[in-house]
Amino acid sequence: MLSSLSATDIIIYGFMFISLYFQVFLVITFLNRRKALHAEHAVISAHLITPFNAATTPSVAIFVPCFNEEKTLSGTIDSLLALDYPKDKLSITIVDDGSSDNTWSIAQSFATHPQINAFTKENGGKHTALNFALAHTTAEIVGCLDADSYVGKDTLRKLIRYFDDSETMAVTPALKIHNPSSMMQRIQSIEYKIGVFLKKLYEQLDAIHVTPGPFSLFRRRVFDELGVYRKAHNTEDMEMAMRMQSHNYKIRNCATAWVYTCGPKTLKKLYVQRVRWTYGFIKNTIDYRHLVLNPKYGNIGMITIPTACAGLLGIMALLAIGFTNWIRLGFEKYELWSTVGINPEWPRLFHNLFYVRTSILTFVSIILLALTVTLILTAKKYVEGSAKPDIEFFLYIIVYPIIAPLWLMKSVYNAALSKKTSWR
Amino acid sequence: MRPIDVKTYLLAFLITALVFGLGIALNIHFNTKRAESIRTIGDRITIDILSSETQFDLLQEASCRHLGSTALSTELGELGNRLSFMESELSANNDEVIHLKRYYSLLQLKDYVLMQRIEEKCAEAPVSIIYFYTNARECEECKRQGFVLTYLREQYPALRVYSFDYDLDLSALETLTSIYNINPDRLPALIMNDDVYYGFRSIEDLENLVPQIKTLKTMQATTTATSTQ
Repeated sequence: MLSSLSATDIIIYGFMFISLYFQVFLVITFLNRRKALHAEHAVISAHLITPFNAATTPSVAIFVPCFNEEKTLSGTIDSLLALDYPKDKLSITIVDDGSSDNTWSIAQSFATHPQINAFTKENGGKHTALNFALAHTTAEIVGCLDADSYVGKDTLRKLIRYFDDSETMAVTPALKIHNPSSMMQRIQSIEYKIGVFLKKLYEQLDAIHVTPGPFSLFRRRVFDELGVYRKAHNTEDMEMAMRMQSHNYKIRNCATAWVYTCGPKTLKKLYVQRVRWTYGFIKNTIDYRHLVLNPKYGNIGMITIPTACAGLLGIMALLAIGFTNWIRLGFEKYELWSTVGINPEWPRLFHNLFYVRTSILTFVSIILLALTVTLILTAKKYVEGSAKPDIEFFLYIIVYPIIAPLWLMKSVYNAALSKKTSWR
Repeated sequence: MRPIDVKTYLLAFLITALVFGLGIALNIHFNTKRAESIRTIGDRITIDILSSETQFDLLQEASCRHLGSTALSTELGELGNRLSFMESELSANNDEVIHLKRYYSLLQLKDYVLMQRIEEKCAEAPVSIIYFYTNARECEECKRQGFVLTYLREQYPALRVYSFDYDLDLSALETLTSIYNINPDRLPALIMNDDVYYGFRSIEDLENLVPQIKTLKTMQATTTATSTQ
């Protein structure tokens, strides 16, 4: 039976095996660490009721790089000012990166606040704005908050707790979509919940490969030792995480430190964002290829990045195979209909179970789908406390597999031709 | 050097391999069941044919009205459908598929011979079409001819369509092809009323070449597909 496998079958089975392997790996990791994760939640909650200790509380500088963010900047700054953190230990640096709208005026309106510094500079990209802000601070802990994101009151306190471990060099928060209203935002809403869960599992594996722009915090010495932000194919947050991983710097995650970000409202905007992310992943992985399949770098080298690459290649191969099959089927149907006319009929499997396909592929696909649904619902339970499927869940399951290939194909195409991506 | 939990890697591999192994086992199980069900139908048809042959021998001079059965044709059609499905699941080169295909072809031949004998004795027999196709080379016309014959059998369940893979290694089939002197380079070939026709024939062509088709009772389709082609 196995000798009759074609090259297409081998590609499909190989991809299915890797996908299933990775999902099983994540499930085992979750089951092994479940108790520790719950215990961690309890520790963080207890930390919130402990008074600040002026001697040990580190100084924090938050950078807000902005380019044409007049609609959301005020909300972003207001949320930062409302943070539960000693005022004398928290500074905010707004860097207007040459906006052409009212962003700079809004930034200036905050400049009189004792915690805030506002600067404007010529447009040079997000990484230049961040490096500009870095050069203007001496704080022990630094972080960035995109000007379309908002933080919860206790977010900073929760994140700072992780720096009690002297080995921790960066901490990432948990991202949520701010007020999801459009269909695309509702789909992203469940996607982000899955992201929170996966990020925590990746942290347990010491394999985080993105320190997201919204409110990831770093020890200042990370930049002193490893250098400042780079353009990094418009994904400087991914590059910084990979650079840290390649120097074995520890990155932690707090799954209850909420940051609310404005997800793209329309498919077109989501498409542009995801092309940038996926393109950035491909390019940064090429730049940091020494991590891949290198046991020296632990799980990030041996499982998370390799399976992500295999997943991307597998999806491309499946799309090509699926597309070819659809074309072939289309021709066959055309031949049939042009020969004997259109005679619609129920598929035979409705008449007789004999005709139900029972290939290995069918069986593994069912297991894979069941495991995927279980992981999504487990993620939902982990984040919300309830695994009950809602409308977002069904939207995600149905719509996401249709739209995701759009940006995956475009990103691979752009990466293959080294066509640069845009921010918006 | 960062630590790796080798146990997790191995356990994940073991579970994944087990799932795949289970998939392979289930696949083998269901395909064996399918082959069994095809054999069961084949056995039933064998008994039907034997019964008809015995009946024919016993009633040498008896009335022709006791002979012949359209149910057999339906059974053969269903057997063909199932075999066609197995071929798509396991590939045309699969040993089990080839074995079942030879069995199916032999049953068709036996049914055909019986019908010939009935025709001689009773001067009437089911309307039949013998169809030769090839899988050995790309044959677009064979594919289209298959569509036409499938359609006709759906429309006229009493129509007997005997379809044969020209390249199937079966001596009885070779005898039939030599009787009609079938040219493999001109396939598809159809034998109707003892005449051989090469190349694609549309529904209208067949209805004109075999006017008896139109006299058959039409029925809502209960079976599909004529062959493994």
